[in-house]
Amino acid sequence: MTATWLDRRRSRIDDLAGGRSLGSEALRRLRREPAAIAGAVIIGLFVVVAAFAPLIAPHDAAQPFPELQENLRPGSIPGPQPGFPLGSDQLGRDFLSRMILASQQTLLVGVLATLIGLAVGVVIGTVAGALGGWVDTVLMRVTDVLLAIPSLLLAISVAALAANPSQTTVIIAVAIVGVPIFARLLRGSMLAQRSSDHVLAATALGVRRPAIVMRHMLPNAIGPVIVQATLTLATAILDAAALSFLGLGDADPGRAEWGLMLAQAQAYLEVRPALAFYPAIAIIVVALGFTLLGESLREALDPKGRR
Amino acid sequence: MTAAHSAAAPLTETGALLSVRDLRVVFQRRGEPPTVAVDGVSFDVAPGQVVGLVGESGCGKSVTSMAVMRLLPDRGVRVGGSVVMDGVDLLTLSDDEMRRRRGRDLSMVFQDPLTSLNPVIPIGLQVTEVLRRHRGMNKEAARKAAAELLERVGIPDPRRRLDSYPHQLSGGMRQRALIAIALACRPRLLIADEPTTALDVTIQAQILELLKELVRETGAALIMITHDLGVVAGLCETVNVLYGGRIVERAQRHRLFTTPRHPYTHGLLRSIPRLDAPPGEELPAIRGSVVDNLPWADNCAFAPRCPRAVERCVGVSPEEETTGGRLLRCHNPVPASAD
Ligand SMILES: Nc1ncnc2c1ncn2[C@@H]1O[C@H](COP(=O)(O)OP(=O)(O)OP(=O)(O)O)[C@@H](O)[C@H]1O
Ligand SMILES: [Mg+2]
Repeated sequence: MTATWLDRRRSRIDDLAGGRSLGSEALRRLRREPAAIAGAVIIGLFVVVAAFAPLIAPHDAAQPFPELQENLRPGSIPGPQPGFPLGSDQLGRDFLSRMILASQQTLLVGVLATLIGLAVGVVIGTVAGALGGWVDTVLMRVTDVLLAIPSLLLAISVAALAANPSQTTVIIAVAIVGVPIFARLLRGSMLAQRSSDHVLAATALGVRRPAIVMRHMLPNAIGPVIVQATLTLATAILDAAALSFLGLGDADPGRAEWGLMLAQAQAYLEVRPALAFYPAIAIIVVALGFTLLGESLREALDPKGRR
Repeated sequence: MTAAHSAAAPLTETGALLSVRDLRVVFQRRGEPPTVAVDGVSFDVAPGQVVGLVGESGCGKSVTSMAVMRLLPDRGVRVGGSVVMDGVDLLTLSDDEMRRRRGRDLSMVFQDPLTSLNPVIPIGLQVTEVLRRHRGMNKEAARKAAAELLERVGIPDPRRRLDSYPHQLSGGMRQRALIAIALACRPRLLIADEPTTALDVTIQAQILELLKELVRETGAALIMITHDLGVVAGLCETVNVLYGGRIVERAQRHRLFTTPRHPYTHGLLRSIPRLDAPPGEELPAIRGSVVDNLPWADNCAFAPRCPRAVERCVGVSPEEETTGGRLLRCHNPVPASAD
């Protein structure tokens, strides 16, 4: 007890001594959180693998190998063997290389979809929260309608509207799912900011409205939205995989993508379940990583945890 | 103790910096009966004068100041009367014009220094923001001026503090920073709404002393809002006592303290602990609470709690009467010789 008290005193003094911002304080708290560390490690590994996929992958992922192909027959797909640690896929290609390369697609789709959703959602949320009135009412009705539809169903509907399914339609569909979540969340915290003491104080000083919104309201309101973005990355990855799985993604069957690989593995579940197992685990673990980090972030940035 | 420079300022409209007339604020929520928070308040503030607005919780002090600053929400509130500054009724100004005046001509310090600063931007930026907005300073000039302002309000190591975030400052330091910000553009009127309530006692005295010095130095007039008569005693020249949204008594400070005439003022003063009281003596309290209030329309709102209430107090609303520079709203005031 005395130790923690002393620690608190010390860190308090440290705080007073150095110009540490709120962000770095949250970071300090995150570093003591096992869930946050686990999440960060998973995401870090995932990002490194995705970034250097072509270098890490032992073989060309698109290339069938004769030594694998010749053992390929109906009812039997070659398993792990020297040079091919995860064995062959259903077409005689190196399964490990395909798993590694697929991480790129997942990262790209997840991040792009989340960023687009975030950008649009932030604009809508800011406008609604700052202006209020009928603008707010109209915007929030629209987001309510979108929120009322289960997210995967919404993504499927949007993706299915596209004439020819592609990576872009998947990204847009998944982004649209995120928009109402971000918009609503930001609008709520913008409204809370509107009646906050420091916004009132800034108003009493004659600060212009755009400055009030952009400098005094938005930066204070954005925290929960950033946390949500981390969590949305997880669902974006799951949704994108689901769209691919359902054949609403890029039509090219040769593409390495976990959702698509999972779909293709269905036909060989009894022959070689590993073909379904690895992509499924990869999707779950990466989504879990983002969820762990997002939840810890949420806690670390919670003003109630702040001294 | 006595602020001699304008102690004799009469309460006339001529020469007043701010004239509040018949200010009325009614909150109207859908499906609820309207709440009259301020019910015909009139007072003047002369340039450089320190005016007190005193009364217990819920009597309408904050709402009055918010109405003067035009900070009440647009919807659900009706504001009547006039608030004239520089010959212009602030209540009729456009939003943009009002925004130009806030911080420049009139400014405000709020009760809670912990929440009145923006937590995510450094103190310095919050000072330079107003300087750049109202005085058109460039970045460097504003930063230099900001450091000087922080130094003036007694913040040690001001240059480094410019980059500090609010949570790195103590409550007292934050209130000093807020005062620096409010006075940055040398407004001619400062409204301080219970600026020391959230601070501990030793800091309270320092902040009050600082405010006193600063308004004297800058020549700003000060409306001091408080429920603490001790604050009034050390600071204000003229004191308005508010009850239930109306001014029930107004007088020069020393007259109010030596010969309170309204039973409410009388009660407030008697409930302050005194050093010369015999030990063990109980402090008299004003009985009842604000919830007992009658509407002013046909009554004296204070009647149910008033020890001097007479028959007329319920049924006839007392009018304001001004005699010898003292305003009184009472049917049966404490006799002037009762002190
Ligand atoms: N937003 C509001 N909606 C409805 N009624 C309000 C609102 N704000 C204030 N009031 C009412 O106005 C009255 C005066 O409130 P005000 O905040 O001015 O009191 P005060 O004198 O500042 O008290 P305190 O010492 O507690 O700050 C209160 O009775 C309150 O019920
Ligand atoms: Mg108040």
